[in-house]
Amino acid sequence: MTISSLTSVLVWLPIAAALVVWILPLSRYATGSLAVLVSLVEVGIWIEQAARFDFGRSGLQFSQDTPWIKDLHVSYHVGEYGFSLWLVGLTVVAMAACIGYGFWVGRDRARAYFGLMLFLTGATVGVFVAQDLLLFYAFFEAMLIPLYVLIGVWGGPGRIGATIKLLLYTMAGSLVMLAAIVVYGLKSGTFDLVDGPTSYSRWLFLGFMLAFAIKAPLFPFHGWLPDAYREGPPEVTAVLSGVIAKAGTYGMLRIALTKFPDPASFYRTSIMALAAAALVYGSVLAFRAPDFRGVVAYSSMAYSGLITLGLFSGTNLGVDGAVLQMVAHGLISVSLFLIAGAVERRTTTGGFALLGGMARGRPALATLLMATGIISLAVPGSAAFAGEFLILAGSYQRAWWWAVIGAGGIVLAAMYMLRLISAVLHEARGSTVSDAAMDLRPGELALVVPLVGVLLALSAWPAGVSHHSFAGDAPASAIKAQFK
Amino acid sequence: MIRTPHVDWFSISTILVLLGASGIALLGAVLVPRAHRRTFAAAVAALGSVGGIVTSVWLYVDSASGDRVIADGFYRDRWTALAQVILCTVALCTVLVSVEHVPDEHVAEYFALLLASAAGMTFFVGAANLMTLFLSLEWFSIALYVMCAIDYGREGSLEAGLKYLIVGSFGSASLLFGSALVYGATNHIGFAEIAQSVARSGLHGDVLLVLGLAMIVAGLGFKMSAAPFHMWTPDVYEGAPTPVTAFMSSATKVAALVLALRVLRTSFPQEAHLWTWAFAGVAVASLVIGNFAALVQRNVKRMLAYSSISHAGFMLIGLSAGSALGGRALMYYLIPYSAMAFGSFAIVAARERELGAAVTLDNLAGFGWERPFLGVAMWFFMFGFAGLPLGGGFLGKFYVLAAAYRHGWTWLVIVGVLATLVSLYYYLGVVRALYMRPGEGLGVAVATGGAPAREPLLHAAVGLALTVSVGSLFAVGPLITLATHAAGSLPF
Repeated sequence: MTISSLTSVLVWLPIAAALVVWILPLSRYATGSLAVLVSLVEVGIWIEQAARFDFGRSGLQFSQDTPWIKDLHVSYHVGEYGFSLWLVGLTVVAMAACIGYGFWVGRDRARAYFGLMLFLTGATVGVFVAQDLLLFYAFFEAMLIPLYVLIGVWGGPGRIGATIKLLLYTMAGSLVMLAAIVVYGLKSGTFDLVDGPTSYSRWLFLGFMLAFAIKAPLFPFHGWLPDAYREGPPEVTAVLSGVIAKAGTYGMLRIALTKFPDPASFYRTSIMALAAAALVYGSVLAFRAPDFRGVVAYSSMAYSGLITLGLFSGTNLGVDGAVLQMVAHGLISVSLFLIAGAVERRTTTGGFALLGGMARGRPALATLLMATGIISLAVPGSAAFAGEFLILAGSYQRAWWWAVIGAGGIVLAAMYMLRLISAVLHEARGSTVSDAAMDLRPGELALVVPLVGVLLALSAWPAGVSHHSFAGDAPASAIKAQFK
Repeated sequence: MIRTPHVDWFSISTILVLLGASGIALLGAVLVPRAHRRTFAAAVAALGSVGGIVTSVWLYVDSASGDRVIADGFYRDRWTALAQVILCTVALCTVLVSVEHVPDEHVAEYFALLLASAAGMTFFVGAANLMTLFLSLEWFSIALYVMCAIDYGREGSLEAGLKYLIVGSFGSASLLFGSALVYGATNHIGFAEIAQSVARSGLHGDVLLVLGLAMIVAGLGFKMSAAPFHMWTPDVYEGAPTPVTAFMSSATKVAALVLALRVLRTSFPQEAHLWTWAFAGVAVASLVIGNFAALVQRNVKRMLAYSSISHAGFMLIGLSAGSALGGRALMYYLIPYSAMAFGSFAIVAARERELGAAVTLDNLAGFGWERPFLGVAMWFFMFGFAGLPLGGGFLGKFYVLAAAYRHGWTWLVIVGVLATLVSLYYYLGVVRALYMRPGEGLGVAVATGGAPAREPLLHAAVGLALTVSVGSLFAVGPLITLATHAAGSLPF
């Protein structure tokens, strides 16, 4: 086995493990242990890849290319660039934490549950490593299948409506993308993302962008977001906002910007305007949200807007910052949703009206929520600050008012995040908070502390990601050269 | 003295095997004691279908050149052989599902009819002139009419048989009338000779010819249950015994679509501008009517019936492209489609037996957790139907859309995509019913009580369908090669 096949292993190992879990009649405990083990092996494989990755070299690394459908020139082509390596890392780390959370809370119907979580891991890694449009589409859609069932079966009372909205919204986008893929691939004679030529077609660009804007989501395509984020089980929501939403912004970078340079610059202002709207509107909604998950959900939308702003600024700083922010926000969002899950388990609610005063007697919960919250509101020195600063600097180079709007969004972020922290931890003790509600247990700490640890490490050395995402650290020219 | 033509017996070996097995099964109805009749007939039918698979695979390997045989009445080529493989496999699965699901009375006759209709279909897909075409169409249709009504103790079954008989006869009549008009215009019944005659005598756009073509299109439209010739489908699919429905929804469609492309490409290449547009229109109508009508169904069999209409629409997109790519796309699409259609009806049959009542979205609740294997299989079939990448259905859709785009019909790509979006809602509705609604408290009385019947053969059939539908996603390369060779037999 060569180092290149590790990319395929990252994709197919969890899917194979999912099949094993579905087929073998293992006990609940064995199933959960196996799933956690596989997710940790994924992290290990990723570390091995990261250690061997040559960040100085341009072009695809760890790639594998075999024909899949010969007559239409579709191939099974996988591989990683610097930025996709980081997103794969985010995926495997977040999935390990979330699978661990599922194991810790003891989800019922364990075999179905863990199988779906593993399947989701494989499909999501697949999105970030696929270098063929049809393969990318297949993984992009495959993510939805486990998500649908995970939310629909293990979710809250309004789960059915939430799943219908989620599926119909996202499928509407992706099916339009499928049409765009068919047209692009047949017109250019290849579906390969590396070899494929650039296109001038504005329609195709819009077809792709619609799918990505719904997935991210950007204003006004966020209709599915509040229900899905509120009704899903916390760890699934964590994956959805932390990792899967990043597939949207990743797609903008890998496909929309790279393959459609002219349409991208034609629509630059409109898309940046939508992104800015998502940022401001999402932040305002987050400030108004009456519950823990609502705040984090809408803040995800705001951050998707910010990331898109950075990407479409088209400047070196902006794109670097966007990649850093994708990773940082992914980790933040996963941590916050897991903490939200912990709070809900103790109080049966996430509503601020019923919460409060949880800091007293619960130092671990208070510390972790404070730490994550503070990083999230982009206090100088934090990873999120580094990302936001780069994005703002990059969009300033495009035009000064984008930076003003971005900075406004950051002020709002401080407002809603401090409101969240004080509503949960401080203020008068809420009616559902009893002394019996314990501090975070060792199991929960083992899941959240590593995530926060990674965030702190990233805060200490943000250049670890932002300087190591594109060959020569020149994203704008790398995009122009289609990462070749 | 009548001179008999040279008969290439090997070319019709699949048909002969199926027909022979059918005869033996029928004899079993008389000679074998009642206690063993079911086992005997089912075993003969299963062996016959396996034999059919073997001979048609052999024919595929051995018919690379593609000839017309037996007084130019039958095509011995790979297009025929590949379709025969699919048909015989569906027949085998139908046998497996039927063993545990056909009422005791007339069980041997049932299997005999099943094989007879499969034999008719395997003949139909190789028909080379209008005479053999009509003959084989009636052959398998009549067997199917009886099979629909075989459970005559049930009102629905009788109604289905009668409805299918009347509407089906109308379709056959239309086809026959169309054939007569084409013959009148061209003086030929051989598919290839019709095209030559049209070219030679400049019949391009001739009124009789075009009218005949239209009526043939309509007649075939009835068999493939494409809108606007679909009215019988929901009622017949609902009323017929579910294994028969499973057989009809997969095998009949395969036969009709495969033959339609052959007739149109071989006999009417000059009129391609007419029939490509006609079938594009039929495809759009099927997509719209099938999908929107399926949205409001509560009865799962009716819903699947409308879904099969919409899939006929998808496959017709490939057909209407009228190109080699379209032919390939159609042939490839048929493989996962027939597996998914068959499998989903087989699962409905299992639930129906368990409940002793018609399966609706309400009483499907909790089924996924009670019968994990069947539930997961249904989950795969529904997502596969919806075009999510959990099976070959996804690539099939991709292929037909690619064919439409190649043909220059971007609008048809958009229609296909929108139709898929609509279809998502009702396919997901089934998954929702399977897993997300509690089974208790719905007032569903499980008829048998205790553990559900084990039904190993039904499970085997569903397992085979699941393997084919998922496997066709991964083995797309080899399957496309097979389909390419098959489509290579048609004159593109």
